[in-house]
This record gives sequence, C-alpha cells and structure tokens, in this order.
Amino acid sequence: MDFTLIQSIWSIVILVVFLGIVVWAYSSKRKADFDEAANLPFTDEVDGNKNKPSSE
Amino acid sequence: MNNSETYNYKVVRQFAIMTIVWGLVGMLVGVVIAAQLAWPALNFDLPWLTFSRLRPLHTNAVIFAFGGCALFACSYYVVQHTCHAKLAFPALAAFTFWGWQLVILAAAITLPLGITTSKEYAELEWPIDILITLVWVAYALVFFGTILKRKIPHIYVANWFFGAFIITVAVLHIFNSMALPVSFWKSYSAYAGVQDAMVQWWYGHNAVGFFLTAGFLGIMYYFVPKQAGRPVYSYRLSVVHFWALVFTYIWAGPHHLHYTALPDWAQSLGMIMSLILLAPSWGGMINGIMTLSGAWHKLRTDPVLRLLIVSISFYGMSTFEGPMMSIKTVNALSHYTDWTIGHVHSGALGWVALVSMGAMYYLIPRLFGRELYSLRLVEVHFWTSTIGIVLYISSMWVAGIMQGLMWRAVNTDGTLTYSFVESVQALHPYYIVRTLGGAFFLLGAVVMAYNLWRSIADAKPVEVEIPTPASAH
Repeated sequence: MDFTLIQSIWSIVILVVFLGIVVWAYSSKRKADFDEAANLPFTDEVDGNKNKPSSE
Repeated sequence: MNNSETYNYKVVRQFAIMTIVWGLVGMLVGVVIAAQLAWPALNFDLPWLTFSRLRPLHTNAVIFAFGGCALFACSYYVVQHTCHAKLAFPALAAFTFWGWQLVILAAAITLPLGITTSKEYAELEWPIDILITLVWVAYALVFFGTILKRKIPHIYVANWFFGAFIITVAVLHIFNSMALPVSFWKSYSAYAGVQDAMVQWWYGHNAVGFFLTAGFLGIMYYFVPKQAGRPVYSYRLSVVHFWALVFTYIWAGPHHLHYTALPDWAQSLGMIMSLILLAPSWGGMINGIMTLSGAWHKLRTDPVLRLLIVSISFYGMSTFEGPMMSIKTVNALSHYTDWTIGHVHSGALGWVALVSMGAMYYLIPRLFGRELYSLRLVEVHFWTSTIGIVLYISSMWVAGIMQGLMWRAVNTDGTLTYSFVESVQALHPYYIVRTLGGAFFLLGAVVMAYNLWRSIADAKPVEVEIPTPASAH
C-alpha cells in the first residue's frame, strides 16, 4: 500500500466520521439530552438569582 | 447545604486582573509602533525601541499575555462552574499563573534586546520555550483533572473548545519550537528551507485557529448565554461547530505561503481548506448571535451584552474576509500589504479583545462579590472601541489595496510604474488614521480598567460554594 492510498482512505474515513457526528448530533433521540446540556451554565444559580454572585 | 467546598477563585482572580494589566501594556506598545510607522523618528534612534523589536513585543503581549491570561481565567472559571468541581491540583494551578507571568516577563526583556528566533508569533528563544511547555503541561493537568473530577456527567461545549485549544497549542508549540541551541540565547530551527516555512505557518495559522479562535469560542459559549440569561441557540449546532472547526482548521496554514517555494498542491489544499472553514466559522457566529433570539431588547439596555454580540459580529466579518484572502488570485493582491494587518486586527480587536473584555466585565465584579461600578462607562468603552476598530480596519483596507495595486502596476514598456518608496510615501495618511484608531481602542481599554478598578477597589475576594447535587436541579 503506498502512501497516497493510505492518505486517500484516511480522508474518506475522517469525512465519514464527521458525517456520523452530524447525524448523531441532529438525531431526535439526542434532543432531550442536548436541551439539558444547553442549560448547564445555569445549574449553579442556586438562589435563582441570575445576576448576582452568591457571595458570602 | 452540607457541602462547604468552594470554587478556586484565587487563580481566576489573578489571571483576570493580569488580563487587564497586560491588555493595557500590549495595546500601548501597539499604539507606539503604529505611531513609529507614521513618524519614524519616534524610535529615538535607540535599538531597543525600533519597530523590529517592539513589534514582536506587541504581538506577544496582546496574544499571549492579554489573550493568554483571559483564556486561563475564563477556562478555569468555566470548567469549575460547568463541572461543579473545584480546580484539580491547586499547586499546579498556582504554578501556571506564576510560570506564565515569568514567561511574559522574559519576553518583555528578551524581545527588546533583540533576542529572537525570528519565527513569527514564536519569537521566544529555547529556554523560554521550555518554560512555556512546562506551564502548558501543568495547565492541561489542571484543566483535564478538573474535567475528570466533574459531578455533572455531560461535558459542556465550552470545555470541549478549551480542551481542543489546550491540546492543539501544546502540539503546535512543541513541534514548531524544535531547535538546536548553540548558546543560552541562540538556537537554530530543526527544520530547513520550505519545510521550516511550512511548519512555521502550520503553527502560525493554528495559533490563530486554536489559541485565538477555539479558546475564545469557549468563552463565547459560556459568557454569552450567561450574560443573555438564556441557553445557547442550538446545542446541536455547537457540537457540529466544534468538530467541523477541529477537522478543518489544522489544514489552512499554507495560505500564508501562496506563490512561494511551497509545492503548488499544498498551496491549493491550504486555500480550499480555508474556504471550507467559512462554514464552521459562520455556524458558530450564527449560534452565538442567535442566542439572543427572542431577547433582542436586551441589547438596548445591556452594554456588556452588546460588546459580546458585536465581538461575534467581528468574528463573522473576519472569518469571511480570511477565506476570501486565502484565494490565490486575491492573495496575489493582498499578501505582504497592510490589508493583512487590517484583517488581523478586525479579528484581534473586534473579536478576541472585545469578547475577552465582555467576559472580564462579567467575571471581575463577580469574583469580588460586586456589581459593575458604571454601565455608562461600559457604554463609553463600547463606542470608543468600536470607532477605533472601524478607523483601524478601514484605513488598512484602503492602504493595503492601494499598496498592492501600486506594486503590480506596470507601464506599457513593462517597467514598474511606481518605485517601492513611492508606495511607502502614499501610506503616510493611512498610517496616521490607523494610529488614531489604535489610540481610540486603547482609550476604551483604559476606561474599562478604571471602571473595573472602581468596581472592586474596596472589595474583598469572595468564596463561592460549589452547589451540591441536590441543589443542582
């Protein structure tokens, strides 16, 4: 196997992996998980106060 | 609350404050060298103050000192807050702070002395490069150690961007800095000729792609939703954005070497990959801006949010301009002209600096348990900076295109229409406008520094408790 062939196969593998990621990300099964993940930055607002730090 | 563990805010505070300090220093040096180009006598005939020595000082100070400290501060804050975990290895975290400051100090001393590898954005000599490597390994241990300690199963998208930035910068720095030392302050690159150029611009462009883009996208994906008070527009798009960016950026470097000894196929590959990059870049931009969808009114009342959103707009502008400039025929006109400088600053001032400043407005008062001293002054900063950026990039567009056209103009008998010095002379008014633009931007940064100083001057550092799993919902 020469180097060019390996590179060509590798390029296709990478492309397929990327397309797989796109399909995975947009599959409807993931929606609930991603909605929860998107709200992750707000989970530490314990007192429900968005704009003030929870200082001592 | 039965969990009394608190976040490690100390190292975040240290980096956040040094972000402001190094920002002022780096931007001041930028204004000085811009003025030197307009009025060359300003180097006072001192070797330490010549443009050739101060220019790398400016780039290193704004990218690695200002930008670097902002990235350390934000990544340490975000990883703790999105993992509900205290920073791993506190001693190593402290080492990253002091080690990084030592790197900056060494740069500030060696560069004016003329000690340089002459590799752009990698000018620092080998002893400093080794220190950078040590700091970076410690950074990776602290960051990924914290990810491993996380109480939240999912790793938030901002952390993916920070992680990619940390890993890629390590690889880039180590391979591009391979050198043979001949004395304590002199080394020669391990690569020769066109290979050296290729490795250098593989490094150089990915310093843009991963240091100045991926890292700051991490900042965007946390601080824009926080400041807007709503989750990111599309989390799915952010996942695709991440992988598309990571898969493509690494190939774009050869566009810095169009029409050189680099093989033609490599130049074309670099151009095509740069064009493809438009897609993930704009995907990210849309995702950032559309986070405000349904809450656009907040832009009227919140100048910090406006600063963040304008920074994303500049990201969109410069990531459109970049692929266009990477097209070989466009590059034939733009390369080696001031158009490139304008392009870089539309990204550096408009995107990187503004998104960092927006994050600092969010972060610094919170780290001290305070509110921002004055929203009015943020407003002043916003307009001063925006006017400064517009003056800077529009003067450089005109200057660069004029330069390119003058260089390629030929008479009917085939001789050059203009001598080189005529093109230099023609640039003078634009260099003055550029200096003015830079000065405006610096003024905005001074207003920010004053505002933040007033916010925290008499404040005590705060300790914030890490939420327990029960209260996390």
